Amino acid sequence: MSDLESFRTETREWLEANCPPEMREPVRDEEGVYWGGRNATFKNDAQKAWFEACRDKGYTVPAWPKEYGGAGLDPAQAKVLREEMGRINARPPLSSFGIWMLGPALLHFGTEEQKKHFLGQIARGEIRWCQGYSEPGSGSDLVSLQTFGEDKGDHWLVNGQKVWTSYADECDWIFCLVRTDKENKYQGITFMLFDMETEGCSTKPIKLISGSSPFCETFFDDVKVPKSYGEGIPAYVGEINRGWDVAKYLLGHEREMISGAGGGDRTSAIGAAMKRHAAKAGDELDPVLRAELAMFDVDALAYGAMGEKFLDEIKVGKAHPAQPNMMKYVGTELNKRRHELMMSAGGSRALEWESEETSGGKPSRNWLRTKANSIEGGTSEVMLNVISKRILDLPGS
Amino acid sequence: MPLYHDDDQAMLADTASGFMAEEGNIQKQLRHWRDRDCPDGFGHALWKQMAEMGFTGMLVAEDDGGLGMGHVEAGIVLEEIGRNLTPSPFLTSSVLTATALKHGSDDIKGRYLPGLIEGESVFAVAIDETAKHRPSRIATKAEKSGNGFKLTGSKSFVVQGASADMIVVAARTSGSDEDEDGITLFAVPKDAANMTQDAVRLVDSSVASHIKFDGVELDGDAVIGDVDGGRDILNAVLTAGRVGAAAEGVGVASGAMDMTVDYLKQRKQFGRLIGEFQALQHRASHLYSEVEIARAVVIKTQQLLDAGAESAELMSSVAKAKVAKAAGLAVKEGVQMHGGIGMTDEYDIGLYVKRDRALQEFLGDAYFHANRVAELSGY
Repeated sequence: MSDLESFRTETREWLEANCPPEMREPVRDEEGVYWGGRNATFKNDAQKAWFEACRDKGYTVPAWPKEYGGAGLDPAQAKVLREEMGRINARPPLSSFGIWMLGPALLHFGTEEQKKHFLGQIARGEIRWCQGYSEPGSGSDLVSLQTFGEDKGDHWLVNGQKVWTSYADECDWIFCLVRTDKENKYQGITFMLFDMETEGCSTKPIKLISGSSPFCETFFDDVKVPKSYGEGIPAYVGEINRGWDVAKYLLGHEREMISGAGGGDRTSAIGAAMKRHAAKAGDELDPVLRAELAMFDVDALAYGAMGEKFLDEIKVGKAHPAQPNMMKYVGTELNKRRHELMMSAGGSRALEWESEETSGGKPSRNWLRTKANSIEGGTSEVMLNVISKRILDLPGS
Repeated sequence: MPLYHDDDQAMLADTASGFMAEEGNIQKQLRHWRDRDCPDGFGHALWKQMAEMGFTGMLVAEDDGGLGMGHVEAGIVLEEIGRNLTPSPFLTSSVLTATALKHGSDDIKGRYLPGLIEGESVFAVAIDETAKHRPSRIATKAEKSGNGFKLTGSKSFVVQGASADMIVVAARTSGSDEDEDGITLFAVPKDAANMTQDAVRLVDSSVASHIKFDGVELDGDAVIGDVDGGRDILNAVLTAGRVGAAAEGVGVASGAMDMTVDYLKQRKQFGRLIGEFQALQHRASHLYSEVEIARAVVIKTQQLLDAGAESAELMSSVAKAKVAKAAGLAVKEGVQMHGGIGMTDEYDIGLYVKRDRALQEFLGDAYFHANRVAELSGY
């Protein structure tokens, strides 16, 4: 048996022993997600047991080195773990912007002490991070951001406002783009890390068309951010005034994440499920809707193959560096289409906003939520611009 | 297996791409034969050269004298055929017929495979009986007659039928027209008595035949596989053919897209390169995305097919449908973005439009395959 095959066998046995049955179902809503953090509570014992088993094994961040709380898996092993988890529909034990975004940034740009200090906290789910990027006047044109950190020697005095900060009201720390040089657009931004409990930080949830409030406005009013948290632990990632490099690197990661490259629901076919739902309600699919579902399923399954190919290529450096933009563009557009079709298949029932039958209007709220997919993390139009420029090498206008 | 070519496959891709660009290019092949009104629609010399390259017998088992390669490898050659719009019997002979013959007796393999491997023979496959692909319905009958069979009925749009030295014919040996069972595949030699062909030239300059079987007498040894056991072989032939056609379609799509993107970088209007206009950039980028995804689903399906995975059947339809949509978009955007010059015969983009249309129809279009995806998924 090859090493990889025995790793697969071990993994399968480990999952069998440690993943509770309740954790072997796709995450349907926010209740199913464990975010960690200072104020985290588990929704049930199964969620707790699964998280703790993974944390102790390094499986909250399997590909991170062991010294930073990961399991040190190589890409082939990480793929095996992903496949085996996928096989039993195992939920992610811990979701966090620390894992998806700050972690990769620190792994790439961080000092050794920074990695030891922050990555462990993320891997163990101790600190929940949020991302301070967008501002009221800086959406797609992010680099025009105005939040300013005035240099006060051993600290910065930060003033300004962020918007679309995911779960800022529930997060412990923020990684935040702050302008530290007003004269230099691209090389005048610092990627700062600070505690959201610092005096002067406040948040206000934004109510969305879906009725939920996953995002906040975040205000900084004379927030004192120290330049260092100890020997070798600067309060910023990379260099001062070079935060844009980190942000650009991370945008790539964010697009990979949003692109749903890992598979899951976003790449699955929906036609058969829609037929079953309709049948249960005593309805049937109109032939034209069935046809649209079939065309959707073709696109979704093909995109699933693309996601797999993309991950395989990334691992060996074969993917075009701008390919995540394509994945993000197609994945989010597909998800919007998916929910449009689910609304059509659901009929008037899917319009219910509060009913028990729809678990509080899930179909319509989820459908509305998807409208943001092609806006957040770079709009579809920006993605297409990037593909034109960086992949097709079309002339600039 | 990762979804990219391994070292051997990458080397084959290099070789195939160089060879097809040199020998199979539009000027040397498609335009050459078209402008001479060639009754075959393709060149036999190139077929011979492809044999020397080892292409013609790639899917044939090593024990049978071939290279024993898989659909990923055949797809590499097909993508280059697609990119160069090379008229070639490769898909019908080396993919469809070779797949059928895998299921044949040693005798039948010995009769036909050497000619294929040497590039001496060309084969065709006769399945459809109407203008749309509908392999579920087979009415052409083969009745027992002495030690053999007597074939009666007709087949439509048999690609390269008139050029073929042998035609694989799907006929009914029992049951009624729509029955799943009762199908038998026959290897019918080109000079069979009472078989008549009416060849028609199609929009892409390829030639297809309407074939009439008016009591064609066949020996028992013309049967490929088992009598009444042809449906499984036919399904295998169709799946291989669809995945092959999808690979060729990716080549057509890439060829059209590359030509178009190049044009956007050369053509000036309003004092600017038209590639500077965002209205065109976004469409080109969308097209790029679709073609990339089509390529991904094709290699995924090729690997599934080579691994003998059950899901290859569903994915072959996903691939054929996705490629049809992506390639269709590539050629339509190609003409539009070329503007008026795209409508001229002098420019090659129009040739891509024509080939794409014929390829879309071959072995089922996007609608056929999307419907099949729904059926196989249970709705």
